[in-house]
Amino acid sequence: MKNKERLSLLSGEVMEEEVELTLAELCQACRMPAEQVFDLVDEGVVEPVGRDPSSWRFRGISVRRVRCVQRLERDLGVNVAGAALALELLEELERLRNRLHRLEG
Amino acid sequence: MEFKDYYGIMGVKRDATRDEIKRAYRKLARKYHPDVSREADAEVRFKEVGEAYEVLKDPEKRAAYDRLGANWRAGQEFRPPPDWDRGFEFHGGGFTGVDAGQFSDFFESLFGRGGIGGGFTHQPRRDFHARGEDTYARVLIDLEDAYHGATRMLTLKQTALSPDGRPQTKERTLNVRIPKGVRQGQHIRLAGQGGAAIGKGGAGDLYLEVEFRPHRFYRVEGRDVFLDLPVAPWEAALGATIKVPTPSGSVDLKIPANSAGGRKLRLHGRGIPAREPGDLYVVLQIALPAAATEAARAAYSAFEKALKFNPRASLGV
Repeated sequence: MKNKERLSLLSGEVMEEEVELTLAELCQACRMPAEQVFDLVDEGVVEPVGRDPSSWRFRGISVRRVRCVQRLERDLGVNVAGAALALELLEELERLRNRLHRLEG
Repeated sequence: MEFKDYYGIMGVKRDATRDEIKRAYRKLARKYHPDVSREADAEVRFKEVGEAYEVLKDPEKRAAYDRLGANWRAGQEFRPPPDWDRGFEFHGGGFTGVDAGQFSDFFESLFGRGGIGGGFTHQPRRDFHARGEDTYARVLIDLEDAYHGATRMLTLKQTALSPDGRPQTKERTLNVRIPKGVRQGQHIRLAGQGGAAIGKGGAGDLYLEVEFRPHRFYRVEGRDVFLDLPVAPWEAALGATIKVPTPSGSVDLKIPANSAGGRKLRLHGRGIPAREPGDLYVVLQIALPAAATEAARAAYSAFEKALKFNPRASLGV
């Protein structure tokens, strides 16, 4: 327990609730050029609020989605559209699993 | 170190063609990709398959590996023969964007080391000043922690560079605040707690994915919490006020008369706290007392006589 006293308490932010990112911040968080983010916006992987890229705001969850698509593209050799489809199916699967878990107890 | 049977890992014969190997790799990569697979050892398997493919897809590395002979078995103690790589020339930077820092000692002893880094993200390094990797970990919390907030001690394994430039695994412990209202699957970002910087780049961020430990009687869906509540037949039929546990303390709940089994009663705002808190749903489960005594059997008989009840009327029988 000595350890516990020495460690300072870290506080973070909940990405899904408190965080909004600009295009530049999303690019930085995912280490991705803006052009590729445009592709992901076109595919509907991330959906910014705002009229044009300079005023776009992305939800915090976007980081997770973009990174998942990046990994799927790189590791499985699928293109952006394929990775976007896989991401959607994975999220649907997750929802159904949670629901099943709730119903089955 | 242990011998790695790359053909066995890929599930192909030793004389498999390049196309067969590629097909096997694609299939296994999809199966074990950590974003796709729910298997506990998916990440380990995915790396193993990546390593095997790195060798078998490359004619030079495959030829060198084949020269070790076919008599080795997976897991067997292995030491490369002193002259094993004579006559082979490996082209520098032969790792196709793959992070070889995660490959096994066995691989390193045969083919040397490639890049550095951690996780299953294979980020090619372009210069010597780079922001550290963002890293991911899961944090297991109790539902009650989401109601009240909590602190958690986490022990994380991280790959970092030692002073002599070799990647090494370090353990470190963090004390993290779990914010009230956090939900299953959400991510807590701890700025600067990810992978160490390379050169003068800043450290990466650590993302903690929140996972609820399964609860004995509550189930969670988003912000809403569900509780199966056993009630006696007479409580459901006549109505009653009964004590119900909730993660924020027990409450008195009024069961309306003539409630059927499966009826859902909503406790507004008693779900996971937030600006718009979730609700707690109590699902009534009618529990039947056992007809274990003469008195109980008499009571059930009286029931039958008094009610003339056909539970299968809707089935037409």
